[in-house]
Amino acid sequence: MEASAGRKRAYSIIVPTYNERLNVALIVYLIFKHLPNWKPSGTAYLHGLKYASGEFVVIMDGDLSHHPKYLPGFIRKQKETGADIVTGTRYVKNGGVHGWNLMRKLTSRGANVLAQTLLQPGASDLTGSFRLYKRDILEDLISSCVSKGYVFQMEMIVRATRKSYHIEEVPITFVDRVFGTSKLGGSEIVGYLKGLVYLLLTT
Amino acid sequence: MKHIFKIVAVLVAISAVWIALLETSTVPRSYTWLVSVADFSLLPIYLIVALGCYGLFMVGFGLMFFPTCPQEAILLQKDIAEAKEFLAKNGVDLGSE
Repeated sequence: MEASAGRKRAYSIIVPTYNERLNVALIVYLIFKHLPNWKPSGTAYLHGLKYASGEFVVIMDGDLSHHPKYLPGFIRKQKETGADIVTGTRYVKNGGVHGWNLMRKLTSRGANVLAQTLLQPGASDLTGSFRLYKRDILEDLISSCVSKGYVFQMEMIVRATRKSYHIEEVPITFVDRVFGTSKLGGSEIVGYLKGLVYLLLTT
Repeated sequence: MKHIFKIVAVLVAISAVWIALLETSTVPRSYTWLVSVADFSLLPIYLIVALGCYGLFMVGFGLMFFPTCPQEAILLQKDIAEAKEFLAKNGVDLGSE
């Protein structure tokens, strides 16, 4: 996509979606707006990693809570640092969240303090899923992770830290568009705590 | 090393320091080389209180300075409107939401 030291660097963007036809159209438009040189290779973003041909893979949510305008920042950060993983973080200066009530913020902070204290995970936003990976590193991590949902994102970054992969962070904002659906119920909290114990025992 | 072993190692180290403190100052040397169970059992209580304070402070601090971005929601609505307009103009059938 972009020339670098005489060779092209290819980036694949994977956007998991759940029948969000309109959102896919919107996101593709916004990706083109912010990465004008991007050449979509078929339907890679729909079918996942085995169709992603790039040397780097970006994974982002398909409901526009992750804005494509941050993509150039991820790419720049990776180029500058040579990082294996660039992860978007909401919990730093210039990052942020919109659309969460006090209870949601409290759960989020509590979960984060617990994980930071017990696991020393090596990143400030463990459950965010807006990340850029070197392709081979993503494949390695996926093959060694077993969790689902929120815990999967945490397991990916904890295992990456334990394997001494180079992780860098960029601030992102997160606009929660499906207000209400990201409320955390009791079962999510229990699942999270189980995941925490699992990671304590296995990493 | 599994992370749980690191945490256990830290707890063992803290216990050792605690026992050393009890041995050197609290418990009379002539009494016994073993510290009394009552003295030792204060350690978990102090640890839980200290960790609780740390946790409450960190969560409270995080809540007080929780980064929010109301302006981003407005910008996103503008971007969505712009994208919809472009797609409609170019004859892309957006279907129903």
